[in-house]
Amino acid sequence: MSNETAEAIRPVGLPRLNEPAPAFEAVTTHGVIRLSDYEGSWLILFSHPADFTPVCTTEFIAFAEIYPELQKRGVELLGLSIDSVYSHIAWVRNIEEKTGVKIPFPIIADLNKEVASLYGMIMPGESKTETSRCVFVIDPKGILRAMIYYPLTTGRNMQEILRLIDALQTSDAHKVATPANWKPGDKVIVPAPNTVEMAEERVKAGYECVDWYLCRRSL
Amino acid sequence: MACINPDGTLTASAQMMLNALRTPATPVELAQRTERPLFRVRSTLRELAEAGLVEEHEGRYRLTAEGAARIQ
Repeated sequence: MSNETAEAIRPVGLPRLNEPAPAFEAVTTHGVIRLSDYEGSWLILFSHPADFTPVCTTEFIAFAEIYPELQKRGVELLGLSIDSVYSHIAWVRNIEEKTGVKIPFPIIADLNKEVASLYGMIMPGESKTETSRCVFVIDPKGILRAMIYYPLTTGRNMQEILRLIDALQTSDAHKVATPANWKPGDKVIVPAPNTVEMAEERVKAGYECVDWYLCRRSL
Repeated sequence: MACINPDGTLTASAQMMLNALRTPATPVELAQRTERPLFRVRSTLRELAEAGLVEEHEGRYRLTAEGAARIQ
């Protein structure tokens, strides 16, 4: 089998939740960065289809706007697209010139698609040459904790990204889960009991329970 | 490289890091001293080490003779 054929049929894999995020070293607008440089802080690695495109520009402005809130939560941002570092530099300078918004985080210039392939950011059904709108949340130990995929047509919701970070950090801090539409301040879910004995104890524990498997509590 | 300009001069970030390293420090300590994100500090230190301007010993970074000579 030729290399070309092997390349053509190689399945595009996605990283898996709760496993180490794929390591990389990449050229960015802030120099060469490795995933391991982020050890000890949360990281949102996100991709966009292309520089100098309308939806991506609105997203970058929106990511820059939530960056201070992310920093309060110990979260860094790292963008990526299959563009050159010169294109990235020109684009962020253009955004600042036209809108006054400075892009404070680095952007990977993934011209050889190395990082995009590692993270399954390319959806050939949408585009073979652009990355989709992917978000990967990586925790301080380098574990992939969440993924969001949006199509080319649809800009991401920054409030949902903040909410996701809040939910993950709350789950870690208090060993709880969060219900649908949860936001900080809402009651959380007490993890379901694993045994009959634990279920019986659960209903006597004073939580707000619909039944033994669905109990809420305040933090 | 992000630390060294094409003409061989050091960037402002590199100069800041060399100045902060007048006293040896860990990356975490340097992040506090320079008020820069830890990932930027680690990336900058790696480039400075590759350029022979700093060296790491048991987790702490210090200036090499060449690094000390490049401080402005």
